[in-house]
Amino acid sequence: MKPAPFTYHDPRSLGDATALLAQHENARVLAGGQSLMPMMNFRYAMPDHLIDLNKVDELAYIRIEDNALKIGAMTRQRDIEFSADIGEHCPLLQAALAHVGHRQTRNRGTLGGSLCHQDPSAELVNIAALLGATMHAASTRGERDIPFAEFAVAYMTTALEPDEMLTAVTFPLPQKNCGHAFVEFARRHGDFAIVACSALIGLDAKGHIAEAAIALSGLSHAPVRPAEIEQALLGQKPGADAFKAAAAEAEKLDAGADAYITSSYRQHLARVLTYRALEQAAAQANEMQHG
Amino acid sequence: MADTRTIAVTINGKPHTATIETRMTLVDFLRHELKLTGTHVGCEHGVCGACTVLVNGISARACLMLAVQCDSQQVTTVESLATDGKLNVLQQAFQDNHGLQCGFCTPGMLMTLTEFLRDKPDPTVAEVREALSGNLCRCTGYQGIVDAALDAAKKLREGAR
Repeated sequence: MKPAPFTYHDPRSLGDATALLAQHENARVLAGGQSLMPMMNFRYAMPDHLIDLNKVDELAYIRIEDNALKIGAMTRQRDIEFSADIGEHCPLLQAALAHVGHRQTRNRGTLGGSLCHQDPSAELVNIAALLGATMHAASTRGERDIPFAEFAVAYMTTALEPDEMLTAVTFPLPQKNCGHAFVEFARRHGDFAIVACSALIGLDAKGHIAEAAIALSGLSHAPVRPAEIEQALLGQKPGADAFKAAAAEAEKLDAGADAYITSSYRQHLARVLTYRALEQAAAQANEMQHG
Repeated sequence: MADTRTIAVTINGKPHTATIETRMTLVDFLRHELKLTGTHVGCEHGVCGACTVLVNGISARACLMLAVQCDSQQVTTVESLATDGKLNVLQQAFQDNHGLQCGFCTPGMLMTLTEFLRDKPDPTVAEVREALSGNLCRCTGYQGIVDAALDAAKKLREGAR
């Protein structure tokens, strides 16, 4: 028996789930199980109460409303990957998902599970940072919205209180004329990225950069949005000069090190991937403008 | 006291009822309770893919699901593939193309490909490799497995059973 003993709960509604969370000490909610189950099998995580959300149907949905994409926390990554609505309105999310784990893990894995696990190099976490997602949380005390920038508080730690759970995420949709890109470097396809970079580029009528957003993962505990680099791109002509300058600045961002990867290598990847992401996003924006 | 539940689950078309500890993983339930040892268990943290089974027709890591989560569900394992001791088209293609050596990863490979070829009957080499990226093999170097998948796809398209 791999996981340590726990009491299993399988609520059918959000109200029942939050009541269980409020009632029990050392309780964890179980979403798709692609992160928490390995941690329980290793006994890194030993909850006394496991609250399985897989029967809370109200938490799985995809909605496009008011220029935003709202996705329920229990929506499977597979359903996002194959959603025609998301393909039309937010293809960037599907581009990032192509790098998330494998077919079998995306079949079970959920949006909310990935965002609450908050692995620093997770692709969905990167997109939440790039688009400035709003995280919707609930507890028996009520509901609250948390801007993504305040959601990742430390390494694999979110702003959720012990009695709170994520119910949905709202992604503001990029402008229609924005090109996007998601690039990463991982040892093997499907592995967690060492560094990942996503970008959005929008062009004005003269073909100059009117919108720029960059999110870099793998440098620190949460994705970095380098505001100064984004600002410096505005008004520039998209091309090698502007992108090289941006990439050179990305290489100067702080980066952590671990037993396998040095900080200087992460910074090197930040430069290379920033350049590639901007080039791809701008090429796409240009194509959208000129057909 | 151990936390237990009684579950009713259909495995390879056959109904089973069992009282199990809620912390028991699906793969341990298959192997230890039902003695269906065709599903292999390798890394036990969702990396190697050896334990891949289909739950309601969709591939999943059986080491990352609890057996209790399969109450009222349909689970399909590698034992469903052969009929009366005769290999099915995919299994035969593995034998013909050197798609296995030690055989440890094979049940997971077969179940992943069973789902994949059902959804994509005419895949490219790149699509096969992407589909297999979640299943690790340390013997074959994968080429034989890719060949087997393409061979099986071709035969299935031609109507073989």
